[in-house]
Amino acid sequence: MVNLTIEGRPVSVPEGTSILEAGRRAGVLIPHYCYHPGLSIAGNCRMCLVEVEKAPKLAPSCATAVAEGQVVHIYTEKALEARKGVLEMLLINHPLDCPICDKSGECELQDFTYQEGPAKSRLRDPKRFNPIEDFGGDVLYTTNRCILCTRCVRFMDEIAQDTVLNVSERGDRALIGKFEGKELTHTWAGNVIDLCPVGALLSKDSLNKARSWELDHAPSICTGCSQGCNISIDTRDNTVIRLRPRPNEEVNKYFMCDVGRLDYRWINRQDRIEVPLIRRGESLAASDWDVAIPAAAALLDGKRVFVAASPNLSNETLHLLGKLVASAGGSGTFVVRTGPEAPLPGVKDLSLRADRAANGTGAELLGFKRTASPLDGLASGDVLVVADADLSTATADELALPSAILVIGTTLPENLRSASVVLPIANYAEEEGTFTNLRGRVQRFSQAKAAPGMARPSWWVVGDILAALGKGDAYYLASEVFAAMASDVSAFAGMNYDALGMRGAVVSGSAR
Amino acid sequence: MGYPQPSHERETPVLSKYFGDRDATSLDGWRKRGGYEGLRKALSMTPAEIVEIVKASGLRGRGGAGFPTGIKWSFMKPGDGKPHYLCCNADESEPGTFKDREIMRWTPHALVEGCALGAYAIGAETAYVYIRGEFTEPLARMREAVREAYDAGILGTNSMGTGKRIDIVVHKGAGAYICGEETAMMNSIEGRRGNPRIKPPFPAVSGVFAQPTTINNVETLAVVPHILVHGADWYKAMCLSSPKSTGSKLFSVCGNIARPGNYEVTLGFPFKDFLYDLCGGPLPGRTFKAVVPGGISVPIQTMEEAEATKMDYEGFIEQGSMLGSGGVIVFDDQQNMVKQIARAARFFAHESCAQCTQCREGTAWTTRIMERIRDGEGTHEDLDTLFSIADNMTGKTICVLSDSCAVPVVSGINKFRSEFEALIKKPKFHPVTAAVA
Repeated sequence: MVNLTIEGRPVSVPEGTSILEAGRRAGVLIPHYCYHPGLSIAGNCRMCLVEVEKAPKLAPSCATAVAEGQVVHIYTEKALEARKGVLEMLLINHPLDCPICDKSGECELQDFTYQEGPAKSRLRDPKRFNPIEDFGGDVLYTTNRCILCTRCVRFMDEIAQDTVLNVSERGDRALIGKFEGKELTHTWAGNVIDLCPVGALLSKDSLNKARSWELDHAPSICTGCSQGCNISIDTRDNTVIRLRPRPNEEVNKYFMCDVGRLDYRWINRQDRIEVPLIRRGESLAASDWDVAIPAAAALLDGKRVFVAASPNLSNETLHLLGKLVASAGGSGTFVVRTGPEAPLPGVKDLSLRADRAANGTGAELLGFKRTASPLDGLASGDVLVVADADLSTATADELALPSAILVIGTTLPENLRSASVVLPIANYAEEEGTFTNLRGRVQRFSQAKAAPGMARPSWWVVGDILAALGKGDAYYLASEVFAAMASDVSAFAGMNYDALGMRGAVVSGSAR
Repeated sequence: MGYPQPSHERETPVLSKYFGDRDATSLDGWRKRGGYEGLRKALSMTPAEIVEIVKASGLRGRGGAGFPTGIKWSFMKPGDGKPHYLCCNADESEPGTFKDREIMRWTPHALVEGCALGAYAIGAETAYVYIRGEFTEPLARMREAVREAYDAGILGTNSMGTGKRIDIVVHKGAGAYICGEETAMMNSIEGRRGNPRIKPPFPAVSGVFAQPTTINNVETLAVVPHILVHGADWYKAMCLSSPKSTGSKLFSVCGNIARPGNYEVTLGFPFKDFLYDLCGGPLPGRTFKAVVPGGISVPIQTMEEAEATKMDYEGFIEQGSMLGSGGVIVFDDQQNMVKQIARAARFFAHESCAQCTQCREGTAWTTRIMERIRDGEGTHEDLDTLFSIADNMTGKTICVLSDSCAVPVVSGINKFRSEFEALIKKPKFHPVTAAVA
């Protein structure tokens, strides 16, 4: 370990750490643009210049390794003047079009200019102008805003390992270019948008949709595949605007794939069930939870139960559904949709997985059987519980087998209109809980938006049914269900909902 | 020899002795003139002995920085189990410099010999000669010389029958100034964009292909065989002023002067005599105004400074400039310094690799302001802005291109302020405004 002082704070870091990283650990943010912890060191923006005692020149802190006894000053006049100079240079050709820029409010150029940049420009000459370019995929390049930090170029070269981008031209004519015949269509290319510290690389998908300060951010987990990438769900007025990766060193580093990133519109879908429904003769009538829960319990009482579960339900819900199956003597299945794998070569064990569901591992651990068809094993006379599973492939003959159908779901598809009771639940962005990814990592997701109408969190609904059947307790917090699961299921033994934090923990006996 | 001018008696022709001598370009011709004796002698010695001789000679890098060559070679630790490389910097892109071109045109075998010798001294088996793209004739001469050397067994797996392997690869650049910067040159050799690398790691630790590498200028390498043949003391004795600057040096002279060309003098030679005697002074009816003594990246000298200068590493620094690459550019009273400096700034703005912010934006901004002043549209604030930009461009970037752009601007304004002010004060003529008024 190397001991040094940064802005008067003593810090001890491993040998070879950069001053900039050491500063982060000491709780001091050294302004920077080209540096990104997930990429190689470029040292070209010169924004992270700091003064190191006894050094003749200012040191680029991203490219300078710590040394024993070093004394680093970030806010001396010399260092501040140098960084002010860099900001002035970055801004002379910048269009300063913050009022119409999507990045505004979360732009590092804005942040550091407010922090220590020049108050006015000394440029008396016309600014350089370049047209906007479509980079393909989801990416739009606003050349004039670019500060040429080359984060995007390095990401494509080193992490995606698909050389699409380059620095074209020299001097102040330089810009980010595409190699001839190449487009930013790599499955992971969208990450360049998040990596861009300014408003140069923008998402076409969320272009002009919202100002960043109007957005609420909720930490969550991507349900696009079994990788379990950590994400932030950004919403405005209860509507999901975009998904962005949230760093987790253990799972997805700083990245997420475009498939996951752009698969969010279903969260906002409007054809949701908003009230509990109970069969009255030929039709389903709106009801209340006080009536619907006992009705559902009556349906299940004393019958064998078959649960068709969605692999995107939380561990908590699946655990309670598992208890229902176990107590009634039935079986539970789930079906995972699959697609082609798309690994990110520069990061170990990060890939868009073939299994396109978040919680297949959890479902298996909690006693559900993975099948090819959702109703595989459904016996005549069973009560079919459809827990948000996709039954679009089920035949009319299959659906005629059960004695009754209980739907616990977000929507009511046409072929399930024969259900006896329909209970509306929240989707994953509207409730909290945990998923178990393919490496057995249990990760929490939190609520990003309100559920429509009377829809309740799924674990709450199933818990109430169990309580009405006299087979368990009612739960009012996801953490209570998690605690019950941890004591009941050996794989989750010893886990604590709060202790999972934002990094998660791995189930016992897992491959990892 | 003041090629293409006839040799002057006060010159010290070591490298330039055979400039203009067509016969010296061939292997046979070169051998007749004593060629490859230095290499033969060197191959019979150990690399450490050669390094000691070069150290003792006091030879310093001729590319501009003036780092002692022997010490640079001693950084290459033998027996580290890694392949070593020698890179010969023949990019010679510094405006005003054309000495390496003449070495390669007339005495290509001198460079082949120097490269082979240098490679052996640092434990390298491969030497790259990086020649700038515009040097078509030197490139052809060097390729021919290397071919001849291979055919004669001087290069290859059994160099001069000693069983040592020495390969030389002639690599053609594509005409970027920045590829003369040693780390950018290494990137270019590797097939990457010619962007300078962050130091450390220094080339001696991780250079071309991430292996220990030494980079030397053409002139430096070409003179080493002479040192081996005549001894370190002979070379060290060539010194007219500072004992830290030894040997002879080629100066390329261009601009408003009677006899432009390449001149080789012993270091420490009086600059006044050099300009007026060797180079024939100003053109008829004119007087000198300013001199850039070491390529456009060094500070401009006034004539008082220039005439008081001893031509060596220390002498130029004493008189407010640097020896640099030895490219002497002379301006006479017919020249407008603002115009000349604006032209220099435009060059740097064009050649900036665009990595560092201060360089990419600063060189271009400097150029715009300089050209505005040149066109009579400048203000006094512009001069302050230029100083401030120059300050931001100095000592804060990966390589020194940005510093190089600031140097002529700062020294130009400081030393020739009256010319800037004359242009600023000149009445401005705006046709449209005039018509309305």
